[in-house]
Amino acid sequence: MSEGGPLLSVQGLTKCFGGLTAVQSLDLQVETGELVGIIGPNGSGKTTAFNVITGFYAPTHGSIHFQGKPIHGLPSNRISRAGVARTFQNIRLFPSLTAFDNVRVAFHASVKAGLRSAVLRGRRFMEDEQRIGRAALELLERFDLARFAFTDAMHLPYGEQRRLEIARALATAPSLLLLDEPAAGMNPTEKVELMDLIRRVKRDFELTMLLIDHDMRVVMGLCERMVVLDHGETIARGSPAEIQRDPKVIAAYLGVEDA
Amino acid sequence: MATFIQQLLNGLAWGSVYALIALGYTMVYGVLKLINFAHGEVYMMGAMTGYYVGRWTQKADLPMALRLPVTLLGAMAACAVLGFAIERLAYKPLRSASRLSALITAIGVSLLLQNAGQLVFGADPKYFPSDSLLPYSEVVSVGEVVLSNRQLVIMVTAVVLMVALMLFVQRTRLGRAMRAVATDKNAAQLVGIPVDRIISLTFVIGSVLAAAAGVLVGLSNPKVEPLMGIMPGLKAFVAAVLGGIGNIAGAMLGGVLLGLVEVLVSGYGLSTYRDAVAFALLIGFLLFRPTGLLGRPDVAKV
Amino acid sequence: MAIPPGARLAVQAAATVGVVALWATAIAPQINPYYLQVVDYIGINIVMAVSLNLINGHTGQFSIGHAGFMALGAYGSAAITYYGGPHVLPWLTDAIGLPKGAAEGMLLNGAMLAGGLLAAIAGVVVGIPTLRLRGDYLAIATLGFGEIIRVIILNLDVVGGARGFTDIPDLAGPFWIFLWAAITVLVVARLVASTKGLAFLAVREDEIAAEAVGISTTRTKVTAFLIGAFFAGIGGGLFAHNVTYLHTNMFTFMKSIEFIVMVVLGGMGSISGSVLAAIVLTTLPEALRAIDKYRMVMYAALLIVLMLTRPQGLMGNRELRLSRLMAVFRGRRGGVARAPGAAS
Repeated sequence: MSEGGPLLSVQGLTKCFGGLTAVQSLDLQVETGELVGIIGPNGSGKTTAFNVITGFYAPTHGSIHFQGKPIHGLPSNRISRAGVARTFQNIRLFPSLTAFDNVRVAFHASVKAGLRSAVLRGRRFMEDEQRIGRAALELLERFDLARFAFTDAMHLPYGEQRRLEIARALATAPSLLLLDEPAAGMNPTEKVELMDLIRRVKRDFELTMLLIDHDMRVVMGLCERMVVLDHGETIARGSPAEIQRDPKVIAAYLGVEDA
Repeated sequence: MATFIQQLLNGLAWGSVYALIALGYTMVYGVLKLINFAHGEVYMMGAMTGYYVGRWTQKADLPMALRLPVTLLGAMAACAVLGFAIERLAYKPLRSASRLSALITAIGVSLLLQNAGQLVFGADPKYFPSDSLLPYSEVVSVGEVVLSNRQLVIMVTAVVLMVALMLFVQRTRLGRAMRAVATDKNAAQLVGIPVDRIISLTFVIGSVLAAAAGVLVGLSNPKVEPLMGIMPGLKAFVAAVLGGIGNIAGAMLGGVLLGLVEVLVSGYGLSTYRDAVAFALLIGFLLFRPTGLLGRPDVAKV
Repeated sequence: MAIPPGARLAVQAAATVGVVALWATAIAPQINPYYLQVVDYIGINIVMAVSLNLINGHTGQFSIGHAGFMALGAYGSAAITYYGGPHVLPWLTDAIGLPKGAAEGMLLNGAMLAGGLLAAIAGVVVGIPTLRLRGDYLAIATLGFGEIIRVIILNLDVVGGARGFTDIPDLAGPFWIFLWAAITVLVVARLVASTKGLAFLAVREDEIAAEAVGISTTRTKVTAFLIGAFFAGIGGGLFAHNVTYLHTNMFTFMKSIEFIVMVVLGGMGSISGSVLAAIVLTTLPEALRAIDKYRMVMYAALLIVLMLTRPQGLMGNRELRLSRLMAVFRGRRGGVARAPGAAS
């Protein structure tokens, strides 16, 4: 792993669906420890970019490197195990599993022994299971979800579900965390709490983060640096202050006067 | 060579039957995304009611020219009601349930009809009054190749029905409504299309075609019994997949194709593997061309 | 009682064998032979239902060709004992000096394991290509595979072909049947309770999220098919050596549907549900012999009504816990407990 290079390097990323170009030539370098935001109006390609980076789509053109190694075209589970975790715009928990099991299953990659040991239950298996059980409960506690540990995920309140999704993502011990609209559906108070949570998580888990959100205050408040997409194209990049003043960004969000 | 042409004719006749049944599958799948497992049993019911109506035309001594049409219409009417009932009672309540529940229910309806059929009709096979409805004769006879009047009636009836269906779907308001519901149920509802009624109509049309298929098969293969719908039903579904599930022209193409392939395989000595052919084709298509010959792929959204 | 983990397995195995042996030697012989046959069927159906549940219930794949795997195990093991038995048995008893019972047991289990392996391979062959298929399509593809297997076996004269396979050694009695039933239940239960085994459930719940936490849905699905098919093969082997006669008519689509009904009635994803349903659905037809004519109709009607009113079946995706059962009996609003969490 090269110390000097960026953690995530996206170059010329293009994704087309039939005739529609969802993402056009995206360039993005994320250094270790950064919190970078991707914003843009609806349909600008933000989630598609996430989906390509995390392997749910293969890029039409371009490359993605993580820790210096190419990850474009790899299946999502490989990319996840390499250290890239994500949450989803429309929460994707395992609905009929408990919060505890939701987190626990994310530890499965750390189980070295195969399925056979699950049946035979030797000492190593029991130790692994205890370790994972403790680690899962700890994560739940850190996210203030301990009292919901044995509640089915689908019965959790909305805010708790969002937190659970983040907790589960962290169970995979990622170096890079992609958050897709984590504040969606929250009221202003909840959003402020979420922003605190994100800052704490980033610090405590030593994460690099990539964030998509609609709410300007969330993104501006959290991100040091941002990229603005519109119809798949990158129309601006820079610090929050710079972006706020950029006329192209304003036009994209408010509607364009010409044509 | 003569055998080959004969096989071709046989294959086309069977293919027409598969096509008629396949249309029901494809249309229902188009509007409901449901595999109507019970459709094979509707075909069976068509044959069985055709048997009873046909015998009645014989007993009532109807003029010859009327017997077959009356039998056809009687079977089609009965199955129209059956198809409507199945949809309303078993499938409609499950529209918002999981695909799995709907599939299992469909299997249940299929089993119910098979076994109820055995109870009601008796498990002993009945013999279709083909000689009364359409006495066998050779229409065309070139050397060893024979085209019987029954085969001709099968193919012509099938073609007439399919053309009627195509015209209906393409040219009429109801037909457009059906296509709209198949494309996007919610959008269709938003523009005021009575989705429930269109779905019922779809079932009715499919059942009518299957009933016709049942009667036509009874003509040339007189042995009819309550379990006769299982295999043809499955195979017709395969045909629908081959042609592109949801695609009407595809169902016709797939049906004819399957009929031809089956008859050729059977005719050239591998008859015990005939049933496996359909499934082998199915798996091949599902793996390499799941959208079928004429179907369009749909993109899933993450 | 503190037992070291390594020894724990041995203790549990010994206990299981002991209980089953007790059942087979003390209780089973007391049962009227006709009813005993039904009890044997229950055991076999438990194996079939629980193995199918792993694929359909826990992993959420809709496989309706399970009878095909059963057929492979049945015919495969029967071929070995039928053709190989006359050579192997004398060698075991005379050359090695094993008592007859032990030798027969070895022959049976060796043959069944081979049958199970054959079925497992078929499971992988079926599982891999069907991975990309969604619900309905997957169902039809597995149905197709089941039929293809059946037709191929039908054409193999070495195992009887259209006449059927007769005179299979009668080696599988209540002991072996229920031992394997216990093994099947234990294996599947332990799998899905473990962290690694949660992957099956995750794939069922949300494949995309599963991939996002590093689970290979491909491997998970194929593994489910592999294990499910293996035990189905074992079930087939038990069946073959219990009824001593096989015909491909016994392994049609209808047979697959019977197992589907068991899994659905019991609750997809509930092992105890599958066991319960296997018991109920095996004994019910016998109890209804009087109205045998209406049996299948009632079956079908049951299926429809179940789907319309209680699609989650008897147990949903929960398991039966003895403690909760006692609570129900004591009158408290007990019910059923969650599937096991971290503890065994």
